[in-house]
Amino acid sequence: MADKFKLALYWAASCGGCEIAVLDTEEKILDIDANFDIVFWPVAVDFKVKDVEALPDKSITVCLFNGGIRNSENEEMAKLLRKKSVVMVAFGSCAQEGCIPGLANLYSRESIFDYVYHQSPSVDNPDGVTPHPESRVNGYTMTLPVFYERLRPLHHVVDVDYTIPGCPPQSDQVGAVITTLIDILANGKELPPKGTVLGAGEKTCCEECLREREEKKISRFYRPHEIIADPDKCLLDQGVFCMGPATRSGCGGKCVNAGIPCRGCYGPPPNADDPGARIIAAISSVLDAETEEDVNRILDTLADPVGTIYRFGLADSIIPVSLDFNHKGDE
Amino acid sequence: MATEPRIIGFLCNWCSYTGADLAGVAKMKTSPNVRIIRTMCSGRIDPEFILKAFRKGADGVLVSGCHFGDCHYQEGNFKAMRRVAMLKRILARLGISPDRLKMVYISAAEGDLWAKTTFEFTETVRALGPFDRTRLNALYPAGNGENEKTPEKGTGEITANEVHHG
Ligand code: SF4
Repeated sequence: MADKFKLALYWAASCGGCEIAVLDTEEKILDIDANFDIVFWPVAVDFKVKDVEALPDKSITVCLFNGGIRNSENEEMAKLLRKKSVVMVAFGSCAQEGCIPGLANLYSRESIFDYVYHQSPSVDNPDGVTPHPESRVNGYTMTLPVFYERLRPLHHVVDVDYTIPGCPPQSDQVGAVITTLIDILANGKELPPKGTVLGAGEKTCCEECLREREEKKISRFYRPHEIIADPDKCLLDQGVFCMGPATRSGCGGKCVNAGIPCRGCYGPPPNADDPGARIIAAISSVLDAETEEDVNRILDTLADPVGTIYRFGLADSIIPVSLDFNHKGDE
Repeated sequence: MATEPRIIGFLCNWCSYTGADLAGVAKMKTSPNVRIIRTMCSGRIDPEFILKAFRKGADGVLVSGCHFGDCHYQEGNFKAMRRVAMLKRILARLGISPDRLKMVYISAAEGDLWAKTTFEFTETVRALGPFDRTRLNALYPAGNGENEKTPEKGTGEITANEVHHG
């Protein structure tokens, strides 16, 4: 048999959930092992960056890259793996659109450092030390990655071939993608067109939701713990802010089925650039508001509007960063 | 010299655009700072249009629909009003003054009101100063093309051929 295909997995600015999602494919892991040589996977396998550097260009068949680009190390690794890989996959919401780490784009780098190294209640830093990209100790120069001004999704930094959305991508979807990929590679079939979103649907979460919609008008929002929602009726109709209408299908509606509103982790649906704009468009038909004041009164019941509508997509949205960090008083 | 404010006006076809047309036919003076884009209904104005207008260089955005009760499509103007109100909140948190976005209601007979509104809003936006989009431009150095979501391009297309070499 010819050499096995080569697979690399990497994490940049992410939480680690995407790695678990790969492991959660259970026995599919054996298929991965049977068909791929894992040449790099820091969380599970002991290869070093220099091993990747030593590989010929385009010698990695597929790279599953999770995490956003927050510092110079993330960027270097993204560029290195892009160079070495034939197929680059943005794996998970952070790599696709920034995800939760992308919400830090609402704050300046200075205020993030100030909070993390000085203000946070759990910090013990009597000397007030803050990391610097370069410092001299005993005549040696030590370096740390440079923390960038903002977080960018992977496709802002390198060319991305495919995207697997989700926070994290659901394991059944990951398993199915892997099975398809192995079939394509092993049998010399045509790859899907560049830019294809893999492991997800072409509809919205809302279109696949089993809850009954009645086009009710709502006069306030409830957080999930403030209401015992009817188990069969649409959550949005009951005032629970649901991102279902602005989110790509593919997760199987696990949250809405369990009574928790969709938070939007599968990213915007096909033909939508901006999840926030999409949900504002959708919500406008259910608000019981005849004036802008009415709208404001209803919005006052929604904790953190930007964090709610851009929870996953801020770093890849039309205005992906706060333009004025002097804004005080977070909603 | 200070730069002139650039304002995008989204006007519904049935009331506001006809009103603006009336202002023109009657040779009323309107503010040249307002560039009009006609939509069939103010309810057709996707929040994306407004965000993109700001991203691509507008200092202010004016949304104009029929008076309540007059919408050709029943309640498109209510939807537009709600969208504008929600967007203002979001803009504020994103560091863009909500006063740069305004919803007005102008009927087909109110050419004079349209003319007055264009000057008033131009002055509001002028008072706010040019919208400082330095940070935005740094994000999208490619300029004003449609496909701005990928500011830096990586490598080229992949081909099935490249994959199969083992
Ligand atoms: S609960 Fe959410 S996903 Fe389900 S129908 Fe309502 S808005 Fe759509």
